[in-house]
Order: sequence, then C-alpha cells, then structure tokens
Amino acid sequence: MDQFTLNLIVVGATFAIYIGIAIWARAGSTSEFYAAGRGVHPVTNGMATAADWMSAASFISMAGLIAFGGYTASSFLMGWTGGYVLLALLLAPYLRKFGKFTVPEFIGDRFYSQTARLVAVTCLIIASVTYVIGQMTGVGVAFSRFLEVSNTAGLLIGAAVVFAYAVLGGMKGITYTQVAQYVVLITAYTIPAIFISLQLTGVALPPIGLFSEYTATGEPLLARLNEVIQDLGFAAYTLQDTSFLPMLNMLLFTMSLMIGTAGLPHVIIRFFTVPRVADARWSAGWALVFISLLYLTAPAVGAMARLNLVDTIYPNGASEQPIAYDERPDWIKNWEITGLLKFEDKNGDGLIQWYNEGNATFAETATERGWQGSELTVNNDILVLANPEIAGLPSWVIALVAAGGLAAALSTAAGLLLAISSAVSHDLIKGAINPGISERGELLAARIAMAIAIAVATWLGLNPPGFAAQTVALAFGIAAASLFPVLMMGIFSTRINNHGAVAGMLAGLIFTVVYIFLHKGWFFIPGTNSFPDTIAGSLFGIQSTAIGAVGAILNFAVAYGVSKVTADTPQEIKDLVESVRVPRGAGSAAADH
Amino acid sequence: MSDKDKAMDYWKANVRLILISLVIWAVVSFGFGIVLRPLLSGIAIGGTDLGFWFAQQGSILVFLGLIFFYAFRMNSLDRKHGMDEE
Repeated sequence: MDQFTLNLIVVGATFAIYIGIAIWARAGSTSEFYAAGRGVHPVTNGMATAADWMSAASFISMAGLIAFGGYTASSFLMGWTGGYVLLALLLAPYLRKFGKFTVPEFIGDRFYSQTARLVAVTCLIIASVTYVIGQMTGVGVAFSRFLEVSNTAGLLIGAAVVFAYAVLGGMKGITYTQVAQYVVLITAYTIPAIFISLQLTGVALPPIGLFSEYTATGEPLLARLNEVIQDLGFAAYTLQDTSFLPMLNMLLFTMSLMIGTAGLPHVIIRFFTVPRVADARWSAGWALVFISLLYLTAPAVGAMARLNLVDTIYPNGASEQPIAYDERPDWIKNWEITGLLKFEDKNGDGLIQWYNEGNATFAETATERGWQGSELTVNNDILVLANPEIAGLPSWVIALVAAGGLAAALSTAAGLLLAISSAVSHDLIKGAINPGISERGELLAARIAMAIAIAVATWLGLNPPGFAAQTVALAFGIAAASLFPVLMMGIFSTRINNHGAVAGMLAGLIFTVVYIFLHKGWFFIPGTNSFPDTIAGSLFGIQSTAIGAVGAILNFAVAYGVSKVTADTPQEIKDLVESVRVPRGAGSAAADH
Repeated sequence: MSDKDKAMDYWKANVRLILISLVIWAVVSFGFGIVLRPLLSGIAIGGTDLGFWFAQQGSILVFLGLIFFYAFRMNSLDRKHGMDEE
C-alpha cells in the first residue's frame, strides 16, 4: 500500500469518528450548546481543553522553533503552560461560580455597563478571528501535503469538516469530539518521539532522553548537539544572551504568552462546562497534565530532530564532507516538492553544504573549505511532519502524524468558532439588539454566526494577512492586554468601576494593536511598518511579540487611575464580587439562567 | 462570627495561598529559567546546566504541582470555612 492511500485511510477513519461523535452529542438547548449542560467531568474537560488549546502552532510549529532557536525558544514552553497557573488561581473558579455563558457577559455584569460588554465582545472577536485564520491556514497546509491536493482545496475540505461538527454539535459535541482529537494528536506526537529517543539515546521517554547520553559517542546528547552545530558556525543550542535587552524581551515575551493564555476566551469558556467550582480548579490541573505530555516531549523532539538533520547531511561528522545531492534520502526529495526545503548548489561541487552563513567569524573557515554560501534552506514548520521520515520510521507512523496535525488544527478552530458565535448570538444579539429572542432563535443565531465566522476565516485563510505566527502573536497580545486585566481586577478588586474597566480595556487594546502595526505593517501589509521588528531597531527596544505584557500593565494602571477619580462601585456590585469569591451556591447560580 | 466575617477570613486565606503560589510560579520560570540562569550555571545536568532544565522542563513540572497543590489546599479551605458547595 502506498503512503497516499495509507494517509487517506488513517485521516478518513479519524474524521469519521469525530463526525460520528458530533452527531451523537447534538445540542438541543442553549445551555448544552454554550456550556454542554455543565455536565462535563473535570478530567474529560481537561482533555478537551488540552485539544482546544493545542493548535497547529503547538503541534506543527513549536518543535521546529525550538530546534532552530534552542534555549531562546523556551519562552514558548514556559509561556504556553504557565498561563494555566494564572487560569486556575485567578480566573477559572470565580468565572465558573458567576455561572454565565460568555466572557463579555461577566465583564458587562461586573462592570454594570453595556459599553464594557460590547468592548469585550470587540476584543474577543478580534483576538479569536485572528487566531482562527492561522488555524485555517494550518489546516490547508496539512491537508494539501498529505492528501496531495492544492492548498485551496485542502482549506475548503477542512472548512467543511469544521462546519459539520461545530455547527451541529455546539459545546457538547465539540467537547466529546475534542477528547477523541486529543487522543489522536498526543499519540501521533509521542510515538515518533519515543522511536527517535530510543534510536539516539536508548531511553524510551523523550524528556529523559533529552538529558541522557548520545549512544553513538557516549557524551551527553545536548553537549554533542552544541558541538556539531558550533562546528557549522551556528550558536550553541543551550546558549543564553545575558545582556539586558535580550533578557528583558525574553521575560516580556514569556509573560505575554502566559497572560494571553489566561485571557483567551475560548480557553476560559471551557471552565464554564464543569459541574462545580472545585471542579474548575481540578480541571485546569488536568488540562495542564494533558498539555504537558506534549510540551515535555517537544523540547526533546526539537533537539533530536536538529541532531538527526546534521547527522543526515554530515554522516561523517560536521568537520568532514557533507553528502552528495544525488545520494540524498527520500524525505528530502519529498519535501523539495512542497518548496519548503530547498537546495542550491552554489559552489557547483554536487555536495550539500549547510552552515550558518550569517556568522562573520565562521566565514573564514567556510572559504577555506571552498564553500560559497549555505546551500540548504529548511522551513521550521516542516520539522515535526518530516521527523518520522528523517528517522526512517514506518509509513503508518507518517500517516498518524498527518491525522494528528489535522486534529490539532481542527479542534482549536472549532473551539474558537464557538467562542465567536456565542459572543455574537448571546452578547451582541440577545444582550444588546434583541433581548426578547427565544432560545430557539438564539441557537439559530449562534449557528448562523458560526457559519459566517467559518466563511470569513476560510476566505482570510486563502489570503492570509501575514504568516500564521504573526497573526497568532497578535491574538495573544490582544487577549493579554485587553481581557485578562479586567477579568482579574473584576474579581480581586471591588473598587474598579465601569469607567475604569472600559478605559483600561481600550488603552491596552489600542496600545498593543498600534505597536504591533508599527512594527509588522498596518493590517500586516508589508512595507507599511515604521520600525524594524528587531530588538535593536524597535521603538522601545521591545519586539512586537513581547508587547502584550506592557499593554496589560498599561490596562491595569489606567483602570486603577480612572476608577480612583470616578464614583465608587455600587453596593450590589460589591455584593456580586463577594458572592463570586466563595464557591457556596454555585449550582443555583447556574440553574436560574 | 457573622457570615460576612467568615467570608472575609476565607478570602484572606485564599489570597495568601495565591500569593505564595505565584511567587513560586515566577521564581521557577522568570527566575531560574531566565534571570537567575547565569548564577545556576555551575550546576551541571545532562550536558547543560540547571537553568536550561528549568526553562525547558522543570518549570512545567512545577506549574503542574502548583495547580494540584492549590486545588487540594482550596478544597480543605472550602470545608474549613464552610464555603464548599454542598
């Protein structure tokens, strides 16, 4: 059986399971549609949250970023897990106690302001739509690579599948589908990692293998990796730049990812689905357990893939000659077709020289060896997908990885679409435009909003405003700078009032968006940026990906200052805050909705 | 003790627990993983140093421990202050 048929069978089988579950778990009421009837067990919810959270960025991109960034890319690992501590301690239990369906609803009620609710809806839609565009792009790439269709066709197939189960099932369908997707994606991620860890270190657990000995030479794997890449002029894998600005940027970037994680509405609404307040705390813990399985494996995948790549190109060691182009392995041929891996024989010797041509001190060595520039370009994003091929694993593993990448992208897209549709139908239509709408009407509006959101995201996915990573960074920045601070202050302070919240959200949102546009180009149009997006060239010496944390601080400060000079919050709001702080009475708050 | 005082006591105990947890959260990630890494460079682990381990693995393990520790402690606080759900 050829690889294509196998891909088709494995991907097709997983999709049949997802759609079957969505039909089985059809939502009948708004409570089931938005919050799965609040009947989801914390462990189940944790698993669904993990699938919801881990997108194409986590599954496909992250290990590649780590492989080529080394220590510096640790921000992704700490940032995308550390946010769950903030969620569990600062938001999830209280928002569950509040017992409503959406994030803007809490902001509107707590800050007794329709304006605050609508500003929150705006922040939510901007953050979620930008995020979902990146997912749809990822769906398109993965489908086109493994089903061997055009990028456009891949994207349209993906959109149809998302539409089928998200629109029919609502939160109830999505929750159980995501459990299945988690199982598929974590299996697909860990199986190749275990094989490769065994090959390189003889240790079956990749996180332990990363810090073990490289069997071929007997030295520690990371020491070996540092050695071979430095021989090619690259910076050491474990190197840290300890000067002030790089360190500050790493701090702020990690912080932005953490706060952004805790402020992303599609993650927060997952905690509305559990039966009790205590379950919301446990559920955040379980979510992190399931997420950690991938996040503890990713650094091993990154380091081992980098080492494998060097060993493939330089089979006799980095100081000897590389392999000849004519003798290249099949996986290089496969990925050359996609254009994501390229070879150019600059010095005409037929060998693949791959090194860091940007390193001035290494240039001398390169000239001595007769090299005229690095001849291989490897796109970060192919690493996880190509990993099983590089390690020579069986073809069923390759098919499984395809299914896993699709599960990651589709589950996140569905969760984001649900957050968008509930904000539109519940907060915008029922909350502002037509409060008298029936439950059936609201459900219909939610499904229509979801269909429109899928259409918009698909269209933007076909013509993306920039790289997926850029749009995802904007989504995190917005969530961190706009939603997280007011949610937190709404619970931990009785003093922050309606004016403070609105001013804070707007200050954080506008500051962050403008700063990103100044560095990435207005609406991501290339060439319209005023500053280069590097540490040295940027406006405050802070890269645009790290600015969300500064926006969040601004949000806190403005909200506090404005609240200080305007009227105190009314007594019934102080009572509301006090009731949110204690778990007692959570069941009734949910039932009277 | 009135219900209001009870709720106030419960909230204070909760905030104290949150602060302790967040200090640990920040020390392992921003501290050991980034700012304090040069100071920990003398401690070798698997071909690199302790700070690298915290940045790529240790902090995640501590985060996990923290959330379960907090959930466990809060359950007993809920009961102690009569704030649990049933």
